Amino acid sequence: MTANGWLQILFFLAVILAITKPMGLFITHVFGGERTFLHPVLRPVERLIYRLTGVDESREMRWTEYAAGVLLFSLVSMLLLYLIQRLQGVLPFNPQELPGVDSSASSTGFVASAFNTSASFTTNTNWQSYVPETTMSYLTQMAGLAYHNFASAAVGISLAVAFIRGVARRESGTIGNFWVDFVRANLYVLLPLCFVFALLLVSQGVVQNLRPYDTAKLVDPQTVEVERKDAAGNVLTNPDGTTQKETQHVNEQTIAQGPVASQEAIKMLGTNGGGFFNANSAHPFENPTPFSNFLEMIAIFAIGAGLTYTLGRMTGSQRHGWAVLAAMVVLFLAGLVTAYWAEARGNPILTRGGVDQSASAVQSGGNMEGKEVRFGIANSVLFATATTDASCGAVNSMHDSYTPLGGMVPLTNIMLGEIIFGGVGSGLYGMLIFVILSVFIAGLMVGRTPEYLGKKIESYDVKMAMLYVLIFPLLILAFAGVSVISPSFGSSQLNNAGPHGLSEILYAFTSATGNNGSAFAGISANTLWYNTTIGFATLFGRFMMIVPVLAVAGNLARKKVVPPSLGTFPVTTPLFSTLLVSVILIVGALTFFPALSLGPIVEHLLMSAGKTF
Amino acid sequence: MKNLITATLMTIVTTILFGLLYPLVITGLAQVIFPDKANGQLIKRADGTVIGSRLIEQPFSSPGYFHSRPSAAGAAGYDAGASSGSNYGPTNQKLFDRVKADVEKLQADNPGARLVPVDLVTTSGSGLDPHVSPASAEFQVPRVARERGVSEDEIRRVVATHTEGRQFGFLGEPVVNVLELNLDLDEKMPMRK
Repeated sequence: MTANGWLQILFFLAVILAITKPMGLFITHVFGGERTFLHPVLRPVERLIYRLTGVDESREMRWTEYAAGVLLFSLVSMLLLYLIQRLQGVLPFNPQELPGVDSSASSTGFVASAFNTSASFTTNTNWQSYVPETTMSYLTQMAGLAYHNFASAAVGISLAVAFIRGVARRESGTIGNFWVDFVRANLYVLLPLCFVFALLLVSQGVVQNLRPYDTAKLVDPQTVEVERKDAAGNVLTNPDGTTQKETQHVNEQTIAQGPVASQEAIKMLGTNGGGFFNANSAHPFENPTPFSNFLEMIAIFAIGAGLTYTLGRMTGSQRHGWAVLAAMVVLFLAGLVTAYWAEARGNPILTRGGVDQSASAVQSGGNMEGKEVRFGIANSVLFATATTDASCGAVNSMHDSYTPLGGMVPLTNIMLGEIIFGGVGSGLYGMLIFVILSVFIAGLMVGRTPEYLGKKIESYDVKMAMLYVLIFPLLILAFAGVSVISPSFGSSQLNNAGPHGLSEILYAFTSATGNNGSAFAGISANTLWYNTTIGFATLFGRFMMIVPVLAVAGNLARKKVVPPSLGTFPVTTPLFSTLLVSVILIVGALTFFPALSLGPIVEHLLMSAGKTF
Repeated sequence: MKNLITATLMTIVTTILFGLLYPLVITGLAQVIFPDKANGQLIKRADGTVIGSRLIEQPFSSPGYFHSRPSAAGAAGYDAGASSGSNYGPTNQKLFDRVKADVEKLQADNPGARLVPVDLVTTSGSGLDPHVSPASAEFQVPRVARERGVSEDEIRRVVATHTEGRQFGFLGEPVVNVLELNLDLDEKMPMRK
């Protein structure tokens, strides 16, 4: 850990806190239907969209209709993404002439990759079992994948705003109009930010073109040994079990290109995280400089932080918004410090092998496997923490190669429900579910009916909140459990043996159900089993959570407001923030500690003892 | 039913707007304002042959060149059409076998060498990291100087011109661009044949 590393971390946090208010205020204006400085340009476009789609912007919806809108839109747009993938071979913007996804060219048979990708991008997960630069045409990237980065983020923001309305409104049957919220989130919040952000990224060196891949003649041609493979792509082995090698002359380098910056911008701002390239934000064409990296990290938290201010503003209790933000900051710092410490220490087994992992003026040191030199340790762990606090899932370093405790931080962040700033929208409504649980527990402790901002929290609300809390671990542990029991399901696809292999499977389903999309990427997930189960995990993890959230919102909106009394537990104090943090940690720890102790925790003990697998 | 029609129309209209118009307008603007950066900062010889990108790592193994980090991109490494990290976990035996072999080779090629800087024996996240740390460059200076028949300080002066400090003085880490450094060496002090 270095002084400069801490300086960068503090600067990051300061910028996030500085933009929280302006961002939140702007979002409040947009969803309140007030005029903003963008209206002269964008209001005519908004009206045109309503006219083309037949939306009446003055009509309000009950929570059930709102939910139906979300589900129907997600279904239709998911089908379109599936079609674009399958048909990309005959569609334009395909200079590499890539065939349709899952077409017969695949040597391993039908693996349901297009289904997995459709589910994953519709649910804001962006889990990627495919290698983008060898699979997806530019059209699929733009109109399929990047489009869903907009759409799924806008759905998330809409849901958060609808939930806040539920808290703020009194004796109201409705919580807003989904189509209007969706259009406004896209048009006023996401599009203008992306426009500026994308051009800033290009200025740093993120590519933006539609040209075919380039071929470079190497300056120093190489002769290398590679594994021999048969026609189907399987590695050939000798009778004694070692892999067969062959020499290969490498004179050229293929350089993948594409419309990256436009996708990168919405990928980060919408906390989507699906890389244009396989290496995601570690790829120099996605994230070339420390400044582009800084902007991408700010983009992960920008809207999630702003929404806490929107919460305070719309409910008329600004201090409540700040109290929620404070709880998020505490949890963020706890994870970050742990990861930074673990990664800066490096790998003790490498130190014994003659490797210098100490930090100095001429190297960042630490565990550099899977990390880029320009980011070093500080910016890698900061990115890894932010991307899993939020449901982003972009990576600028490979989480699979983190030290056991360093890698446990991203995993734990997702397990806590991605409510630390959180995904755009989904982070806030997830956090508000924990707020309801916290006031419920506080109410139990003093023996009073719990209240939340003047609304009585009753059994229906708590049941729905518990449903939200329980569905999540149930899905993760059930899917991961089944995958572990048989090689034909899941355990044959691992890149690492020993406890790290369990971590890979656990991370995969945690990431999918949490709609995060990052991975312990050594796992070869492009198989029928993983594509199907992970695809369903993303769908269940998104839509089975959304319905109870909207049910609570609809129910809260109907309630009368009771004036606060002496027995009311205030939700604006440091005591409240502390209780909220405790509830989140206790729920998370009770649920996942056994699984974590078999994966990263035991691996940490074994690594300290010098054991390898 | 009405909502299903709305959902379909909404999907089509917003796909055209956000999935086509937005990226195409950004492409147009990027190509006009930042033509070199938008196309990957390719390095070309005088005859127009592309020999690489300043952002993309290339393999170097001749002793007269500075070597880049090992790469797990593609079957043979350094494949900018298949970016990837190794994804070896911290207790993976394959990680230690690879590092051990690399450390032994580096210490044999760089006599008198001490501990090896960590980035020189670890694969990057992308497999295409164009940089090494200043420590890794310094580690290789004596070998390169010997191969090119010049003094170590002359090599260090060229390395210094390709060393970038932290951006704005505090963001990121100091780096040395390996491809640009090697091209510059070939121009200023070509290898003896």
